[in-house]
Amino acid sequence: MYVAVKGGDAAIENSQTLLAEERRGDKRVPELTLDQIKNQLSLSVDRVMAEGSLYDRDLAALAIKQARGDIVEAIFLLRAYRTTLPRFGNTLPIDTAKMQIRRRISATFKDLPGGQILGPSFDYTHRLLDFSLVENSDSPVAEEASENILEEMPRVTELLNDEGLIEKEIDVNEHEPFDVTRNSLKFPASREARLQNLARGDEGFLLALAYSTQRGWGKTHPFAGEIRMGEVGVEIIPEELGFPIEVGEITVTECQMVNQFKGSATIPAQFTRGYGLTFGHNERKAMSMGILDRSLRSKELGEAVNAPAQDEEFVLSHSCNVEASGFVQHLKLPHYVDFQSELVTVRALRKASTLSEDNKDSTDSKNVEAAE
Amino acid sequence: MKETKKLARTNRQKWMSVLAKADTELLNTLWCDLQDKPSWTNIRAPETGMVMVRGKAGGVGTNFNVGEMPLTRTTIRLDNGISGVAYVRGRSALKAEQSAVLDAMLQDDRYATATFTNIIKPLKNAIKKQKASASKKAAKTKVEFFTMARGK
Repeated sequence: MYVAVKGGDAAIENSQTLLAEERRGDKRVPELTLDQIKNQLSLSVDRVMAEGSLYDRDLAALAIKQARGDIVEAIFLLRAYRTTLPRFGNTLPIDTAKMQIRRRISATFKDLPGGQILGPSFDYTHRLLDFSLVENSDSPVAEEASENILEEMPRVTELLNDEGLIEKEIDVNEHEPFDVTRNSLKFPASREARLQNLARGDEGFLLALAYSTQRGWGKTHPFAGEIRMGEVGVEIIPEELGFPIEVGEITVTECQMVNQFKGSATIPAQFTRGYGLTFGHNERKAMSMGILDRSLRSKELGEAVNAPAQDEEFVLSHSCNVEASGFVQHLKLPHYVDFQSELVTVRALRKASTLSEDNKDSTDSKNVEAAE
Repeated sequence: MKETKKLARTNRQKWMSVLAKADTELLNTLWCDLQDKPSWTNIRAPETGMVMVRGKAGGVGTNFNVGEMPLTRTTIRLDNGISGVAYVRGRSALKAEQSAVLDAMLQDDRYATATFTNIIKPLKNAIKKQKASASKKAAKTKVEFFTMARGK
C-alpha cells in the first residue's frame, strides 16, 4: 500500500531546475534543435512515435529533447500528450500494397516481381565505428537510377496464396475492431487486440520474446517472407462530405512472417502467417511483432502452449513500457509508512520466534538478544 | 467514418489530397504570393484532434488499430456562400485554414483556374519531384542475389 507524503516542494523545484540544466549540458555546445533531432536521430523519432502511439515527428522530437534522449521517458511524454487531444474518428485501413516503397526485401524468394530493394539499411554495414563522423562529414548524396521502382509491388504472401500454400487472411470486418486504449484487455484476446497491443508495445520486450521462440521456447520457425518500408496515404471519410479524402501520408514498416505448419485433422500442411506493422522505420520491432503475432496464435492452430511467448496474458500484460516503467519506478517514491508497518511485522515475528526458542533453550535466547 | 468501395477520384478529392500532402512552408509561400483572394468567415474554427490509424492483419485481413495521428480540421465560407473544408495531418491551424479557403476557391468559378495554376500545380509538381527522387534512389539499391551450390 502506498501512503502519500507531503512537503519537499522547494527541493523538488530545485531538482527540476537541476534537471533542466543537465539537459542543456555544457552551454559552450550549441543547443539541439527539433529539426536536428527529426532529421539526424530519425530512428529514435520513429520508435517514440510507434510506442508513444502517436504519429507526429515534431512532438516525438520534442519529447526526445525533453527526456534527454531517454527513449522510454519520451514515449511516456507522448502517451501523456495524446490523452489531451479529442478523437475525431478512425481512418480507413491503410493499404500497404499501394506503399511508395523505399525498402522491400524477402528472405524467402530471391526473384520476386518488383525486385529486392535494399533502401537505407544497416544490414550489410560492417558495424565498425566510422571515425569520419567525429567531425562534421561531407554528407554523400545517393545516386538515382534512371527509372522509378514499380509503383505497386505484390506482397510475397500473395504469391504463396496463389498456390494455396499459405493460409488465407480472412477479412472479417463486421464489427469495429477492439481498441485497447478504450477498453481493458480481456483474455482470450482477439487477434486485432493483440496486434494493437504489440504495435504499441516495447521493442526490447518484443525482441527478447521473439528471440526466445527462435531459441526453442515455443518454436515458430519463422521466415521473413517480406519486409517493406515506405509511405502510405491515410484516408478518412468526414461525415459532412460522405466521401473518402486523403489527409496525409505516413511512413510505416510492414513485416510478413511466414511459418511452417504441419497441418491438422482439418487443415492441410501449409504455411501460416505472422504480421508486424509499425509507424516509422522500425524493422526490428516489426519483425518481432510478426513472430509474436504468430506465436500467440498457437492455441488457435492447435499447438502446445508451453512457452512465455505463446502465453497471451503474459505477453500482452507486460508489453507496455509506460505501465512497466511506472510500476517498477514507483518503488522509488517514499514508502515510509508502508515500510514501517513491515518493520513492525518482521520485529514481531522475530520476537515470537525468539520466545519460542527461549522456551526450548534459555542460553540460545540470550545470544539472539545480544545480536539485535 | 465507414468503409466504402474505391471509386474513381473526383477533382475535389484530388486537390484535397494535394493540399493535405503539401509541405506546410511551400503552401504558405504560394498562399502569400496569391494576389486575388476572397474574404471568408470561419464556420468551424481550426481544431486539432486525432484519428485512429487502422491497418489490416497481413495487409489484407481483419482490421486493427495501429496508433493515432494528429489531424486538424476546419470549415470556412466564402463571401459568396461557397464553403470549403480541410482535414489535414498534423497540428497546423494555418495549413488547415489555407487549405479550406483554397478548397472553396477551387469550387468557385471566379478563382478556380488561377488557384489551380498557382497553387495546386506547383504543389503537385513538388510532391511528384520528391517522390520520383525517393523512388529512383530506392531503385538504385535494387539487388540481385545469387544462390551458389557448394561442394558436390
